[in-house]
Amino acid sequence: MTQSSTRSLTRWLRTDEPASRLQARCIQVYNGWQDLRSNKLAMIGLIIILGLVVTALFAPFLAPQDPYAQDLSRRLLAPGQDGFLLGSDELGRDILSRIIHGAGTTLYIVLLVTLTAPVAGLIVGTVSGYLGGWTDAALMRITDIFLAFPKLILALAFVAALGAGIENAVLAIALTSWPPYARLARAETLTVRNMDYIAAIRLQGAGPIRIIVGHIWPLCVSSLIVRVTLDMAGIILTAAGLGFLGLGAQPPMAEWGAMISSGRKYILDYWWVATMPGLAIFIVSLGFNLLGDGLRDVLDPKKAQS
Amino acid sequence: MPLSDTPAPMLSVQDLSVWFGDTHNRFQAVDTVSFTLAAGESLGLVGESGSGKSTILKAITHLATDISGHIHLDGTPLTGPRDKSFYSTVQMVFQDPYASLHPRHTVDRCLSEPLRLQGATDIDNRVRQVLEEVGLGAKFRFRYPHQLSGGQRQRVAIARALVQNARLLLLDEPTSALDVSVQAEILNLLSDLRKDRGLTFLFVSHDLAVISHMCDRILVMHQGKITEVLQDKQLQSGTAETPYTQGLIEASRGFTRKEMAGA
Repeated sequence: MTQSSTRSLTRWLRTDEPASRLQARCIQVYNGWQDLRSNKLAMIGLIIILGLVVTALFAPFLAPQDPYAQDLSRRLLAPGQDGFLLGSDELGRDILSRIIHGAGTTLYIVLLVTLTAPVAGLIVGTVSGYLGGWTDAALMRITDIFLAFPKLILALAFVAALGAGIENAVLAIALTSWPPYARLARAETLTVRNMDYIAAIRLQGAGPIRIIVGHIWPLCVSSLIVRVTLDMAGIILTAAGLGFLGLGAQPPMAEWGAMISSGRKYILDYWWVATMPGLAIFIVSLGFNLLGDGLRDVLDPKKAQS
Repeated sequence: MPLSDTPAPMLSVQDLSVWFGDTHNRFQAVDTVSFTLAAGESLGLVGESGSGKSTILKAITHLATDISGHIHLDGTPLTGPRDKSFYSTVQMVFQDPYASLHPRHTVDRCLSEPLRLQGATDIDNRVRQVLEEVGLGAKFRFRYPHQLSGGQRQRVAIARALVQNARLLLLDEPTSALDVSVQAEILNLLSDLRKDRGLTFLFVSHDLAVISHMCDRILVMHQGKITEVLQDKQLQSGTAETPYTQGLIEASRGFTRKEMAGA
């Protein structure tokens, strides 16, 4: 792109009087990006997440060794020894390679859970909060029942019923983690359902579905995003816990949680076996938290102004 | 139906009572109120806070559902949830423009959604036109409510009420949340729109000065009942019949120095 066309594009994106809906939308996205870019912590988070995505996509090219190649003569070597940058585990496999290959699994778990649980919670919570009455009572009692179970035990029961494997583990986590989102969404809905702007759109003849999706969801999303990013580390660890109990990722699959579980036995003498995947989880969770916090600010137009 | 040759009223309310709360804690906010509103008329409802004036608007629009009595619009009775034709005939402007616009929706969305609900086709033109009509230019079209002043927001709310070409506007204290100079602008805008579009107003306010400026006929409400019907002239001369209305008129004149000294 030449310099003058770049400048005219910038001017098009900065105008005070957008000429079309498309231009207004582009300006909104552009301004959101500018806000996000000025938030250093959010950018660090974004870089971490992008790093995770790139690692997951190009794992076979990035990993220095085969993550499944065992060599019992070189087991439990300290980081830096014998070409193992982050050490080797109890079967002599390269921990770095396993972490790199595990990135994809982690991303898969996180994506599936964040695409299901908060969405389900959002739907249940807003419908229940907006419609009230019997619908509210029924949906909230169901939510209460799910909340009353210990999370991991309920997930265990689901996995036991559905069979072991990462998909079922994800499903089980999603099934046990939607109730808090539903509660949160319902609370947000109750604060806005009697506002004048909801009455106004009702008076324009809008039905409940349009009101819930178009008018209530946008107001619930930012608090849900914060909650999801805070839960991210917990989601990864619950998946790990299921793997540890033999109900999630199956060995020899490279998965961070399962790696921590298997390193647990050696934690006193060979700290790196559990610590390295733990650090990976820590960094990724931090990335999600930072990005989520920045996104919340961008998604709130009121905040974006100040 | 009356035998007189006056045209049937646009809106007629007969023996309307409205309750709030559930069975244990039921509170009657409006007590057998009746009035009619002719097409093109501007009727004021005045009274202190809690006198039930805004509740009448809620009953007409079915936002308050625990009611008895009859409401007719253009001769057809209104019962249960209102239909599409009701919403394109009757619209409401709310008291607080800071609460009546969705904080995440642009002015454009706020104005085009009613049109989309109505199934209109030339949405872009009509949005532009109605913005022009309420004195906001095209540059406000893609703004968010937090980027507008109180007066501008109320103009958007008025535009939203008019965008479906409503004929009856229910105005729920449309200026009480605005400062005095902006109040005058909004009242003038409403008067102009009424003249240009031939609108009918049902104007709720606690401010007698505002309401006498805007309305031909005024109903005075007290504790859920209509206590007096005032013609505009009566109000200007300050000759009300009931002591309650007299008190309201006194109060609207404010404290004079003499009264303060006497107190």
